[in-house]
Amino acid sequence: MTARLQARNLSCERDGRMLFRDLDLAIGPGELVRIEGPNGSGKTTLLKILSGQLGDYEGDLYWGDAPLSRVRDAFLSNLVYLGHATGIKTALTALENLAWYQALAGETGSEAARLAALREVGLAGFEDLPVAQLSAGQQRRVALARLELTPRPLWVLDEPFTAIDKAGVMALEQRLHDHVARGGSVLLTTHHDLAAQGTLRRIRLGGGGEHAQL
Amino acid sequence: MPSSDTESLRGVEPVEPSGGLGVAMAATLKRDLTLAARRRSDIMNPLAFFALVITLFPLGISPQPALLATIAPGLLWVAALLATLLSLEALFRADYEDGCLEQLLLAPQPLPALVLGKVCVHWLMTGLPLALMAPLLGLLLALPAESYLVLSLSLALGSVSLSLIGAIGAALTVGLSRGGVLLSLLVLPLNIPVLIFGTGAVQAAIIGDPVGPHLAILGALCCAALMMAPFAIAASLRISING
Repeated sequence: MTARLQARNLSCERDGRMLFRDLDLAIGPGELVRIEGPNGSGKTTLLKILSGQLGDYEGDLYWGDAPLSRVRDAFLSNLVYLGHATGIKTALTALENLAWYQALAGETGSEAARLAALREVGLAGFEDLPVAQLSAGQQRRVALARLELTPRPLWVLDEPFTAIDKAGVMALEQRLHDHVARGGSVLLTTHHDLAAQGTLRRIRLGGGGEHAQL
Repeated sequence: MPSSDTESLRGVEPVEPSGGLGVAMAATLKRDLTLAARRRSDIMNPLAFFALVITLFPLGISPQPALLATIAPGLLWVAALLATLLSLEALFRADYEDGCLEQLLLAPQPLPALVLGKVCVHWLMTGLPLALMAPLLGLLLALPAESYLVLSLSLALGSVSLSLIGAIGAALTVGLSRGGVLLSLLVLPLNIPVLIFGTGAVQAAIIGDPVGPHLAILGALCCAALMMAPFAIAASLRISING
């Protein structure tokens, strides 16, 4: 099958520093692409560009066969993006947070689905507590429950393993591999070593605008 | 295709945008109202500011009812405008810091409609209470009783425009760490027509002139802001997030 998300000749400069130059990237069904690089090498910037959040770049982005800017709504309907900031309101309960995300996707959703998604990420029993009372790892898990709750083909995850315990890391890794095995696509940055199952492509960003496809 | 196949492909096959704007707007309204209800101090701040400023004037200027009644419409309107400005900085701040704003921009829904929901909650939590409280403070300033209704009405109508225009400024300054002063500078000139016709309505009510024209212009300003501001807010948010 053809690639879903494609970047051609992508270049980005920040504060006079070249983060990457002429980067070509295509991610199709059943692929997991990992962006690597030291701190400050532009991993988050690249993910933000690829998820259509930053316009400050040169090059072209395509979703399917059409330029991303033309099919923005279709692209966003197929994307789950989890950034550094969890996007979880600490004054609301986990259930209320998830209900909003479900509604943003245009679905009324059901309480049962939300409870099941929270159970899946190991938060059974914490559904009705304000998220502020949960630990950092548990807050991150609330955000991860969205992967289960609003199933989308393309997952763009920025450091999804932050603050997650060992068992949680293994479960999340398994979830990523399952998603890819079913034909989904995952694009992520992490400093954690992924157990190499199935297809894993790596792109290493280095200083001075260099990058390598591994 | 058998239904079991479609089910197994759920979440891995590209889908078309499915709409559901009504659901998304309702949920945004509900979420922001819940948040406001859990942080009551944020609602109380502009109201307390409004009350404090107004109570100081009789002490600072003169307790003479005749003098106070002449300046009361202007005082009440200026204080309400400043109270609204104070509350605006927080409009998108929390969402920006915890990443919800980024997610709002990534929602497959028209952004102007979603921000309209947020501004609506801001008005319900600031403009409307200010309008309801104003007659009470008018009493302190010896405002003639026949203008109470017009005062509330003009504030309720005018504060819709204040919230909408202010939200543009809030969206533009959300990425700045100390955007408060800049926000005021950006927004105040645009608020001046609202202030002029708002006080005009109350003054007309005091001297017995028809208030209709003033309120009609406030209504027109409100309609124009409702039509245009959501798009400006959405565009401003995109600029701020891009930076």
